[in-house]
Amino acid sequence: MSQTSVRMGVDIGGTFTDVVLEIGGRSFSTKVLTTYVAPENAIIDGMKQVCELASISVSKIDQIIHGTTLATNALIERRGAKTALITTQGFRDVIEMRSESRFEQYDLNLTLPEPLLARQQRYTVNERVSAKGGVLIPLDRAEVESLVETIKIAGYESIAVGLMHSYLNSRHEEMIREVLIDKLPGVSVSLSSEVSPQMREYERFNTVVANAYIKPMMKSYLDRLGGQLQNEGVSCPIFLMHSGGGIISIESAAEFPVRLVESGPAGGAVFAAHIASQYGLDKVLSFDMGGTTAKICLIKGQAPKTSRVFEVARSYRFKKGSGMPISIPVIDMVEIGAGGGSLAHVDSMRQIRVGPESAGSEPGPACYGRGGDRPAVTDADLVLGKLDPDNFAGGSIKLDTDSASQSLLSVVGKKLDLDAQTSAYGLCEVVDENMANAARVHAVENGEDLAEYTMIAFGGAAPLHAGRLCEKLGVERLLVPTGAGVGSAIGFLRAPFSFEANRSVYMRLSNFKVAVIQHILSELETESSSFVRSCDANAEMRSEYKAYMRYTGQGEEIPIVLSKEQALNPDASTFHQLFEEDYIGLFGRAVEGMDIEITVWSVNTSTIPVAVTAIDLSVQFVQASSSGERRLFDPALGENVQADIILRNSLEADSFILGPAVITEDETTIILPSSRQAICQTDGCIDIQRIDTTQH
Amino acid sequence: MTKKHSTVASQVMWNRLISVVEEQAQALIRTAFSTSVREAGDLSAGVYAVDGQMLAQAVTGTPGHVNAMADSVAHFIRRIGYPNIFEGDVYVTNDPWEGTGHLHDITVVTPAFHQGQHVGFLACTAHVVDIGGRGFGADGNSIYEEGLYIPIMKFAERGEVNQTLIAILRGNVREPDQVVGDFYALATCNEIGQRRLIDMMAEFEISKLDGIAEFIMENSRRATLECIAALKPGQASGSMTIDGYSNPVEIHVSLDIQKDRIICDFTGTSGLDKKGINVPLVYTKAYACYALKCAIAPEIPNNAASLAPFEIDAPENCIVNAVHPAPVALRHVIGHMIPDAVYNALDKLLPDTVPSEGAGTLCNFQVSLRPRTDIQVPKSAVRAEVLAFNSGGAGARPTLDGLSATAFPSGVKTMPVEATEHTGPIIIWRKELRPDSGGVGEFRGGLGQYMEVGATEDHEFDFSAMFDRVDHPARGRQGGGNGAPTTITRGNGELMNGKGKQFVPSGGRVLMAFPGGAGYGDPAKRDLNLVRRDYARGYISAQTAKQDYGLTDEDINNVDEQVKQGEEVQ
Repeated sequence: MSQTSVRMGVDIGGTFTDVVLEIGGRSFSTKVLTTYVAPENAIIDGMKQVCELASISVSKIDQIIHGTTLATNALIERRGAKTALITTQGFRDVIEMRSESRFEQYDLNLTLPEPLLARQQRYTVNERVSAKGGVLIPLDRAEVESLVETIKIAGYESIAVGLMHSYLNSRHEEMIREVLIDKLPGVSVSLSSEVSPQMREYERFNTVVANAYIKPMMKSYLDRLGGQLQNEGVSCPIFLMHSGGGIISIESAAEFPVRLVESGPAGGAVFAAHIASQYGLDKVLSFDMGGTTAKICLIKGQAPKTSRVFEVARSYRFKKGSGMPISIPVIDMVEIGAGGGSLAHVDSMRQIRVGPESAGSEPGPACYGRGGDRPAVTDADLVLGKLDPDNFAGGSIKLDTDSASQSLLSVVGKKLDLDAQTSAYGLCEVVDENMANAARVHAVENGEDLAEYTMIAFGGAAPLHAGRLCEKLGVERLLVPTGAGVGSAIGFLRAPFSFEANRSVYMRLSNFKVAVIQHILSELETESSSFVRSCDANAEMRSEYKAYMRYTGQGEEIPIVLSKEQALNPDASTFHQLFEEDYIGLFGRAVEGMDIEITVWSVNTSTIPVAVTAIDLSVQFVQASSSGERRLFDPALGENVQADIILRNSLEADSFILGPAVITEDETTIILPSSRQAICQTDGCIDIQRIDTTQH
Repeated sequence: MTKKHSTVASQVMWNRLISVVEEQAQALIRTAFSTSVREAGDLSAGVYAVDGQMLAQAVTGTPGHVNAMADSVAHFIRRIGYPNIFEGDVYVTNDPWEGTGHLHDITVVTPAFHQGQHVGFLACTAHVVDIGGRGFGADGNSIYEEGLYIPIMKFAERGEVNQTLIAILRGNVREPDQVVGDFYALATCNEIGQRRLIDMMAEFEISKLDGIAEFIMENSRRATLECIAALKPGQASGSMTIDGYSNPVEIHVSLDIQKDRIICDFTGTSGLDKKGINVPLVYTKAYACYALKCAIAPEIPNNAASLAPFEIDAPENCIVNAVHPAPVALRHVIGHMIPDAVYNALDKLLPDTVPSEGAGTLCNFQVSLRPRTDIQVPKSAVRAEVLAFNSGGAGARPTLDGLSATAFPSGVKTMPVEATEHTGPIIIWRKELRPDSGGVGEFRGGLGQYMEVGATEDHEFDFSAMFDRVDHPARGRQGGGNGAPTTITRGNGELMNGKGKQFVPSGGRVLMAFPGGAGYGDPAKRDLNLVRRDYARGYISAQTAKQDYGLTDEDINNVDEQVKQGEEVQ
């Protein structure tokens, strides 16, 4: 994109729809309430607002990049199309039987989430493909035709097809589609071998069912959005952010809407990755904390870490296993129930627990004075002096410190014999520790040491907690960028066109077939690059090749990145070496004498992002002027300190602040602990570092 | 202020220890080789004080390991001896009585050192796919036939791996690469736990775990005692009969709820079986304790103090307290039934709390595949051991239906069929819910499942069955009906045995129907909308809907029409 083009990023979130317009180097943003019934209305509204701010006509917009929680919400709220599943005889209940386990072992009254489709909506055909991809029972077209008659009578709008081992041999799934198109031309069809060609039937079937379930609704929404924009005189192309952190055409999005799930948070990670490139940082931990949840993502080499499966719609305290697994390329994030509104209680072990239950916006934390009487994280933040009661959300909500103290005392203090401030301290330490633990477990799973990382914090509640989190994690440097409130929408504008194609094809290194590998990778590259080409006919593209490898017999693969040369001229000993290097990095030692196998191949093709302008780091330090002082509790010291109050919009490049301090702005407050100092960089980013005590 | 800060810091450290063991467990899942660990989660991990008291254990894992492992570290300390504990050491055993109940479970213990001082232990346990002997199954007549026995010993000393042990291991098990890989995985997982434990100690500037141990123990003990004190004291007994192997087994339980403890005694339980379904007391304790904790103190994390008030005992050489050299390979078959037996007694003291009986025992089987021996077959035919974990239906609860095809009390998962089929020349032709298998009731028992298994061309196999509830289905409570029993036949309909190794020739199949959970309450009181829903979904047949729940023919026709129209029928 040339510098003068006009681009708009739109993020439909649960509460707000964020719109950001960029013209050259300038940007304009707004937040409007999400309009659930017709989400496109909020977009039109927001678009007009930002265009007015920029004094341009809406017809000047060259490109719209859109991300949305609509797909996620449709799955959580079960508002999808009338959908049927066609599967292999003998496997009708795969999506209902799940993993046959209980995600909470000590709850005798546990209930499991219902599958998206009830049992009578799942049909079977007599066919079977083997684990080697051969046909054990051929599919009889006449049987499919008669099944399609039944489906026709039932009036299904959307059909998911998921057959055993179809990721190895998709012919039977394709035959079923041929019959469906032939006999039921209007119906929407999704094949598991296209939506998610990966081994493990529960994940794959669930993913294709989810795709089919939201496909008619998403297609209708995207059509309406296109129409409305046309009516408003906007004729530019619209692209969609996908869960893998890239953007795809509106047509691809309509075909694979399940890839849009979690596109908002993916935008946030891309936003952080962009800041990482501007600052030349190779290891970044992005930390996004809002009202109900916190999301943590590792960004290495300026690219967010990706994964092949994640869970949506967790039904039980964000607990692993209580949601639906979706296997698609996705930015790998941990999401935990920790936000400003998360509520605290004391359990039977006299331990303070925080979240995942949230006060929401009504009644909200006790300090909102709207009838909430249980302490939330925001109440603790207020009592510890992190928030200014008179200047919260730009002064729009006046916070009541007495109510916050009362709720802390009655729920926490009385039970543990603590005063209000110590209760608040305990609450904050617990929530910060929960987030730190989530980050640590995530790092361990990825073989990373967080001490080498820089944190980038955004989202309303993140700057209040990021400083303490850095202390806990041993992270030396923390960046709080500008525009953090609409970070995801800005991230959309930084995302490249990209598409990841993958396929399960088994191969052992002891039986390494060069020609087969070349063939798979070239097919995958053709597939992924054609998706990208459909978005941009001319842009330069690059592909990343990965082989998912493990020791034969293991269940979890690790992704091994191959260079173009290694992918085009594959060689077993190179593969072996690459795998062992990564394995040792993750788990400390290699296992001698074991064969290694490759299970999944993937090619991610993307356009090359616009070159990033590196930020010139401040070299001069000019003491920032304080607009006052207030009492702030410093948890690392375990005592109150006097903190300078600094207005963020009074800062200029090179402004220097020594902790303890609070840096305030309309949307949030940055807490600078006593152990930290900060500089305002030329782009307005607050760059926080540990004070090196060895020099004193 | 200082004391109060230490309260907050202790809270944070307790949290952190639970996170440490969770990381340990996750590392094990990621690095383990046998499907039972990596796909089924048959493992556990914990952190211990230097005196061997368990401080925290991972939520991930299965109850049978969890509580059994609690006692294990003390045996390691006794056998190795403090003077012989060095930095870089790793210890191992599969002793059923000093580990977790059978030779297939490998327990690895690693001492943690901080600033040169021994500060505690990390331990973990996982089920390996083979340990030699007869192979995993019920057929052993003594422990000597069940596989390689590894007394508590050093797997590594000061970082140097014991190559003699590795060589013996390799020479005695059917899948040496996988089993040796799992030993390393267990060691690695403790290493990761240790690293994080030391990080925590450095961050909080503590040189010992004594302080935090005391905090955890005190709070856990008090919370557990509060839960017990809230119960009405009393005594009750219960019993349950199950298939056993050679003879039916009766499990007798007497419970005594006192002010500060619950005593659970198995006097009156049947004697040892000749075959390998006997249970070492550690495993009995684990499941009895698990059952009581679920019903009485579910929120309190497991550690030495929270487990202590549950006193479990059984006479020596009854089937739930088997001593060396009794065969114990399938100790889970009886062990998984213990919670139902305990609940039979507890229901009399604590009404409206515990579920009806369920499938109990996991419906596991092991398939030993090999090239067929009756005719010459191509060289591509292979040998493989495939273990499958499956579940029947759970019992209905006082206010809820039972969970279908879901493990209880075990915490393990099933393996994906596609993954299982990659581990050997096996084909699973069917794995789906079994209609009409849940006991009728106001709240219906969970459904069991059907499975059908064969080998690929050119292969034959031994099928090792590990099932119960063939002759003794799950019993309902408060007027609820029994669950359906287990059945197992060959493709031609010929009955097979619920336990033991049975040959299946090339082309043959094994057809299994796993048991359902029992119902709770009078079926006449069941909400008719739920009956219609169950019929629409095919959880129950038209016959059951009419006979047991009173739907009319007209109701049935209406539901049929709704199903034809693709409606959900809520």
